[in-house]
Amino acid sequence: MSDTVIRVENLGKKYIIGHQQQERYTALRDVLAHKAKGITQLFNPKSKIQNPKSEEFWALKDVSFEVKQGDRIGIIGRNGAGKSTLLKVLSRITEPTEGRISIKGRVASLLEVGTGFHPELTGRENIYLNGAILGMGKVEIRRKFDEIVAFAEVEKFLDTPVKRYSSGMYVRLAFAVAAHLEPEILIVDEVLAVGDAQFQKKCLGKLEDVGKDGRTVLFVSHQMATVTQLCRNAIWLDRGEILLHGEANHVVSQYLSSGLSDKPVVVFEEKATEDLSFTKISLLNHNGEPNGELDVRFPFFIQLDYVVRKPLKNIEMSVRIKASDDIPVFTTISSDCSGYEPMKEPGLYTSTIEVPKLFLMPGMYTLTCAAFEFGKCVYSHHQNVMKFSIAETGTNVAKYNHHRDIGVVLVHLPWIENRCKTAVSNRA
Amino acid sequence: MPKLKLKRRPAPADAELVIEAGRTEKNYWQDIWRYRELFYFLAWRDILVRYKQTAIGVGWALIRPFLTMVVFTVVFGRLAKLPSDGVPYPILVFSAMLPWQLFSTALTECSNSLIANANLLSKVYFPRLVVPTSAVVVSFVDFAISGLILVALMAWFVYIPSWRIVTLPIFVLIALAASMGVGLWMASLNVQYRDFRYIVPFLVQFGLYISPVGFSSNIVPEQWRLLYSLNPMVGVIDGFRWAILGNESSIYWPGFALSVSLVLLLLVSGIWYFRKMERTFADVI
Repeated sequence: MSDTVIRVENLGKKYIIGHQQQERYTALRDVLAHKAKGITQLFNPKSKIQNPKSEEFWALKDVSFEVKQGDRIGIIGRNGAGKSTLLKVLSRITEPTEGRISIKGRVASLLEVGTGFHPELTGRENIYLNGAILGMGKVEIRRKFDEIVAFAEVEKFLDTPVKRYSSGMYVRLAFAVAAHLEPEILIVDEVLAVGDAQFQKKCLGKLEDVGKDGRTVLFVSHQMATVTQLCRNAIWLDRGEILLHGEANHVVSQYLSSGLSDKPVVVFEEKATEDLSFTKISLLNHNGEPNGELDVRFPFFIQLDYVVRKPLKNIEMSVRIKASDDIPVFTTISSDCSGYEPMKEPGLYTSTIEVPKLFLMPGMYTLTCAAFEFGKCVYSHHQNVMKFSIAETGTNVAKYNHHRDIGVVLVHLPWIENRCKTAVSNRA
Repeated sequence: MPKLKLKRRPAPADAELVIEAGRTEKNYWQDIWRYRELFYFLAWRDILVRYKQTAIGVGWALIRPFLTMVVFTVVFGRLAKLPSDGVPYPILVFSAMLPWQLFSTALTECSNSLIANANLLSKVYFPRLVVPTSAVVVSFVDFAISGLILVALMAWFVYIPSWRIVTLPIFVLIALAASMGVGLWMASLNVQYRDFRYIVPFLVQFGLYISPVGFSSNIVPEQWRLLYSLNPMVGVIDGFRWAILGNESSIYWPGFALSVSLVLLLLVSGIWYFRKMERTFADVI
């Protein structure tokens, strides 16, 4: 007996993309013109070369994987990697060009929040309509109606047309309906990036619950922290092919570090238009040598070189270190340590931060840096500008295999132990 | 509550859905049945939305056919003095106006339905046939409302229909089938070639004059009757008049049979073409 609920074998999806063709749809005129050309080609076989105006494009190619019952799988990859196409094929919206998928169980897909919402209809009417579109029955919707309304927090506006809703209310209502689907397999495309932070948290919690009920979730996201938090496994798609499939933490860290420089020195091109710009960021080991692989037993240095082109007030510099799953470990800001410098005169500057020894858990990290004026503006910001690793060279956690399961920092805390009772009563 | 039981029944563990290129689904019609609630909700939405934010609302379903009927009565009955076989001219016109209006609105709605619901097609799976069918059903509501005018007209002229009125539903079904058949063709072609967005209104306008709406089809010379019946709406309209006007109206049966078989051909081929194109809708819409 196997508990595989989704089996994808050699899946491929081909699109014909047109060049120099702006229209989204074909006009009959073009087709007739092409047919006419085809006839002339019949008599002139030499000209029968491929139409240069169109080109094959494989959005998915040779994709195979299996999903087990109750699995939560994150699908990650860059824009255009084929994530959404995969979800569309899985949810039967579009047909694959080749390959085969077998699915066991009721599938509900949530590729967009508020699909089929009609602006003229009231909130109440839209709950029913959207529920039906997502595959719920009338009875089922009626049963969950109050729950949906409470989740969306729109009680007062139930009988107002949704066109008068604020965009936040609209999105909350839409997600609330979707969140109350009860399929065996739930397919979700990047829909959590909506609403305020509090609502996002609520949505995530809801999705986690769905997974806990033993239902299978396929989840596309660009927020890596969400993927690692929500999913056990992940698939990394790149240009329509699976690059890596495995444990979520591992796949995410590989994905995040894939495009990053692993050189210990990153030099930026000068942008003379900016008031302040970084020129160089370097990672130095305890000997002051640039190094991207650092020994855990020694401190290391992060050095920022930057240029200020006009006098600037209340500048703050910051450095953030993130672990491989994109969760920040710490952020350090210049004013926290050295206080404000009221005015920074034009010139070249170098700031250095010392990261103490035996602090970061051995593993992969990324570095982000920024210069800003608090509450006002950001002068320069470099997200995940480089990656580096802390090498395990003999810490007291070296005997454990998975460092990331232990934590992100090494601590040395004194344990105080007291014996409270001399003997334990031996009750069998 | 048998409905509830059916919906809540979990899918059998071995029910496996296979998605493959070019696979025609075995349980397509079963699937349509499972999605009947969506069908109902889409129709309900369109009916709700139809006259939202209008001052006289459903009144439009009465005013439009009524005014057309007045114009036709004046032009064809009074000015052109066409024969009416002893039936009050307004009733003669209106008994054809009803099926024609049903056909034209259903056809228009049906052809535009896929494009109007493009966001649904590209984001959610359901049997695509649900969309044009529910569009057709919505135009049936307008038909039922303007049917009231006919009742009022018959009361006004004290015109009592014969037993044939009970056969009216059959002709309604034929009218629906005709609009569905043409509509499915237009809807699927419209997805790929937006040219049909312009063809349909033209077709509808043109059809109003080549169909016997403003006049009785008896004025068409006998030898041309069969040819005239190539227009499927001729059969439908003659059928309506036969059922409503009672003994005053005769029907040309060979022509009627030809019209009905054309309607069936259109419907079957429409469904066939729609099903053939349906798989690529999401990609090209």
